[in-house]
Parts: sequence; C-alpha cells; structure tokens
Amino acid sequence: MMEILLASILTDNLALSFFLGICTFLAVSQRISTALGLGIAVIVVQGVTVPVNALIHTFLLAPGALHWAGLPEIDLSFLRIIVFIGVIAAMVQLMELLLDRFVPALHRALGVFLPLITVNCAILGGSLFMVERRYDPLEAVVWGIGSGIGWALAITAFAAIRERLRHADMPEGLRGLGGAFIVTGLMSLGFSGFGGLVP
Amino acid sequence: MIRLSHHLTDPLIRSNPVTLQILGICSALAVTTALATALTMAAALIFVLCASAAIISAIRRHIPHAIRLILQITIIATLVIVTDEVLRAYAFEISQRLSIFVGLIVTNCIVLGRAEGFAMHHPVGPSILDALGNALGYGLVLVIVATIRELFGTGRLLGIPMLPLAEQGGWFEPLRLMQLAPSAFFIIGLMIWAIRTARPEQVERPEHRLLSRQGEARP
Repeated sequence: MMEILLASILTDNLALSFFLGICTFLAVSQRISTALGLGIAVIVVQGVTVPVNALIHTFLLAPGALHWAGLPEIDLSFLRIIVFIGVIAAMVQLMELLLDRFVPALHRALGVFLPLITVNCAILGGSLFMVERRYDPLEAVVWGIGSGIGWALAITAFAAIRERLRHADMPEGLRGLGGAFIVTGLMSLGFSGFGGLVP
Repeated sequence: MIRLSHHLTDPLIRSNPVTLQILGICSALAVTTALATALTMAAALIFVLCASAAIISAIRRHIPHAIRLILQITIIATLVIVTDEVLRAYAFEISQRLSIFVGLIVTNCIVLGRAEGFAMHHPVGPSILDALGNALGYGLVLVIVATIRELFGTGRLLGIPMLPLAEQGGWFEPLRLMQLAPSAFFIIGLMIWAIRTARPEQVERPEHRLLSRQGEARP
C-alpha cells in the first residue's frame, strides 16, 4: 500500500513521467492559486473515479467478471475505454451538482475546472493504468488519490516556478511555451531523483 | 485544389497542433522512446482523426446541438476501441509497448478539437484534408522526437544498429538520459525555440517589458 502511494505521488508521477494531462498542465499554470484549485479538483475527481471504475471493471467488464450473473464466459474488457469515459463524465457532472447543492463555496472555487477535467488524459490514464497494473479495488483507492496528489503537486510547483520566471529575460523564441517545456523537463529530471525511494 | 491544399499543409509546421497550440502532446511524448512505437501511434491517430472527421462531418446537420460533445466522444471512442483491438490482434508486441496510450487517443485534444472546431461546420472533403494535415503535423513531431531519442539513446533506429556502440569496439556511448522522460520535454522545448526563431510572428508577447533593455526610465 505504502509503496503504491509513494510511487503514485513521486516516481510514477502522471504529469512528469507519463506525460498525462500535460495540455492542461501547461495551459492552467499561470498563477499558483488557479493551479492549486485545479490540482485539488483533480485529486477529488481521481479519488472518486478510479475506485468506481475499479469496481465496474472487477464486477462487470473483466474476463469472467459476470460470473455472478451466471455468464462466466463473457469478456467485456474491450468496452472499458468507452465505459470509463462515460463514468468520468457522469461523475464530474454529479460532483458539480452535489457541490453546488451542499458546498457552494467550493463549487464556486472549482466550478470552472470541473468540465475541463472530463477530457484531462490524467483522469482516464489513471483508470487505464489501474486496469493494466491489476490493482484490486482497495489498491485502486490508494492509487487514485495518490496519483491525484502527485499531479496536483507537480502543477502547483510548476506554477510557482512560472510565476518567478515571468520576470526573467529569456530568448524571444523560448518565451512562454518553449521555456515551459524546458522547465517541465528539469522538474521531471528532479522527480526522477526520487527513483530510489520505491523498491 | 490550391484552395483546399492549405488545409493539408498549414498544420504541418506553420500552425502545427503540437508546437503552436499545445494540443495532444499528452500521449505524444510517452511513446517516443522508440521510432517503431511512434510510427504506430501516428498511424493510429491518422486513422482515428480522419475517420472521426469524416463521420462527424457527414452527419453534422443531424446532430442536435445540446448533445454534440457526447456524440463526438462516443464516435471517437468507438474508433479508438476498433484501433486498439486491431493492433492487439495483428501487432500484439507493439500494442503491449504502447500500453495505455492508444486508449488515451480518446482524450487527445486534437481529435475532439478538430471535430468540434472544423468538421462540425465543413463538408466531408475539406474535413478529411484538415484532419489528415493535423494528424500528419502531430506525426511529424512524434517521429522527429522519437528519431532523436532512439538514435542517441540506443544507437539504433527501428532496432537496426546505426551508430557503432563503444562496448562493441565503436565510438558511440549511448546517452541514457535520452531514454528517460525529461529528454522528451527538452527536445520539444528546443523544437519550439527553433520554429519560433524561424517564424518570429509566433513569439509570445512578454507580460512585462524589461526596462533595462529599453534604456528608458519608468514613466
């Protein structure tokens, strides 16, 4: 458990070692406050969707999963991409409604980010990795929350670096996007230094 | 034909979806450790992008506005599943190496972006050309990055030895960094720098002017 948590936050960081969610990562990292808001939204969505997808995969889609319904020979695993996308979109909608009803303050803060998250590859990638690595539902909870925290950590740190770099005198072609890529590369290099933490 | 062909050629370098609009790089970079995986990924994206543009453009007059995104995502996801299953059936080894990244074409911003931004308002022909151009622009970036990473990371291209390795009596010492994630970020960053130096109109406006360079005091 502890290994999965550490790996998902540091060494297998979705943004920095698997390039997931980089579009959003580069686009929404101009200010620390927005980056932090998006990061928290990712943690919440990831923490909810990965376990839900894990349950759906174990009890509906995996080969032989329909054993309980008396159909042990059916293998629906080819449907997982479309089912996962549907679950993610539905969960995001549901969370938007629930937050609006019960925690309006949080809804106002996260509101603009939630629809963005539906098409964030880090969310779908998290669920697909969960299947590929054969995590059981309990491990999936840890992986979901951990990978969300890892992504949030990366984007917050990156936004902080970018805020400082705004005043830097960079070559014209590197200004903006080019420089952002180089900085992300350096961060990725830094995170790979955590490699020894997880056996 | 000249009027149509700019749909195809524009996205290659001038308005390349990856380097100019930061679209679709999520999946683009992870598969660039070897040229073979990058080529497969590019082929998969070309198929999905062109087919989805053709289908969506063909039925664009019948799509109710309110559910268009769901419909587009469903069409794209279906095509991605078909691609994934075909790869698994006929190229199992390479589909294992591509891991989850073929599946992630669903959330690739280029596909949905072209469907929503172009195919919804244009006839089938231009939509396919525009999709092909964008897919080739994406493939071009992928192939360039993968060539650099595989050649300098292992001394091979497509698995064929190109540079004589030092351990076999040659002179080339493989750069381990090229096979790790950070190198992909560096290569893309340098590519953007090169493109923007050649085409200064793409340079982003600075948020703050540096006074020392202007040589004048603050008003």
